[in-house]
Amino acid sequence: MPKVKPHRTSPSLDMTPMVDLAFLLVTFFMLTTKFAPEETVVVDTPSSTSEIKLPESNVITLTVDKNKRVFFGLDDEKAKVATLQKVGAKYGVNFNAAQAKAFGNLTNFGVPVGQLGSLLSMDADQRKAVAKTEPGIPMDSLNNQLIDWVIEGRKANLALYKKPTYIAIKGDGEADVPTVQQLIKVLQEKDINRFNLITDLENKPVVSK
Amino acid sequence: MAEIQGKADSGGKGGKKRAKKMSTKIDMTPMVDLAFLLLTFFMLTTTFAKPNVMQLTMPVKEKNEDEQTKLKESEAFTIIMGASNKVYYYAGMNSAESKADLKVTNYGPNGIRQVILDRQRVQPKTVILIKPDDKAVYKNMVDILDEMNITNQKKYALVKIAKSDQDLIKASAL
Repeated sequence: MPKVKPHRTSPSLDMTPMVDLAFLLVTFFMLTTKFAPEETVVVDTPSSTSEIKLPESNVITLTVDKNKRVFFGLDDEKAKVATLQKVGAKYGVNFNAAQAKAFGNLTNFGVPVGQLGSLLSMDADQRKAVAKTEPGIPMDSLNNQLIDWVIEGRKANLALYKKPTYIAIKGDGEADVPTVQQLIKVLQEKDINRFNLITDLENKPVVSK
Repeated sequence: MAEIQGKADSGGKGGKKRAKKMSTKIDMTPMVDLAFLLLTFFMLTTTFAKPNVMQLTMPVKEKNEDEQTKLKESEAFTIIMGASNKVYYYAGMNSAESKADLKVTNYGPNGIRQVILDRQRVQPKTVILIKPDDKAVYKNMVDILDEMNITNQKKYALVKIAKSDQDLIKASAL
């Protein structure tokens, strides 16, 4: 009588469903991911315990860096180009198609409208080189270009998407308060009273009453 | 690695010579490795893309003076953010005739937070006036607004610092 051999099963397993799932998820995440575009200025935001997330679209970001400069940014490309034409028309500055395209790809900028043309004609490397010397958008009572950008940005976004915009203020931890207060004051004059202050997350401490 | 193939069927002894049957299985391990690597990468990049925000709602400017609500002295509590991370505070109002009792503290958990909590116990209807000094930094402003959130202080307002407050800080030399 032959010996009864134990049935040998190969330890291999069918990985096909797992691979299917993995690739499905990869595809999903690849398509949904929006890579963070390159920032013109580096700001180190302070942290808070707020857990509210910034909405994904229809956001106007006003960046305040530690050198009192204010930068304007709008998330949507089409709305941005429309805003550029409107503000340019108001200040009598014309932009060509190439400049408008470059503006659409720009995250934010911090130059007065008069200098914007030359900034847009630069290539990405040159623009990066001058980023440190950008003076910021003027927002004093004599020359208030910032409010025009915000107002036209809101109008353009509303016309394109029929949705209101959120105003996000991204301030550096070392930015001075008078600049931020001036920014808030300027916006309040146009009845913009809701702001989203961009912060990092920190844990909420337990408070005993 | 994951695939250990059994002995290929070589036809047995003395039998007819058959064509060697090749296994149709391929080793999927490297592919799976790559797939999961990409998966992890994209998962992590998407979650961190959205920043957190703190909502700040400023009061609508009331054109009519009469419709503005007047703040009672007993309910008022002022916090002033000064230079080099100092926080000054006083209860009630401050004017040239009656100087307020100014105290100083810091942004730590045992500093301004305890002050606010103590005040809330004494006067539950407290309204906090937040006055940033010109030398304060934006981080201080966020910190104080965050303390309002932590201590569950509902009524507060961000107002401009008055000349009398600046004089008070100078005079106190804290």
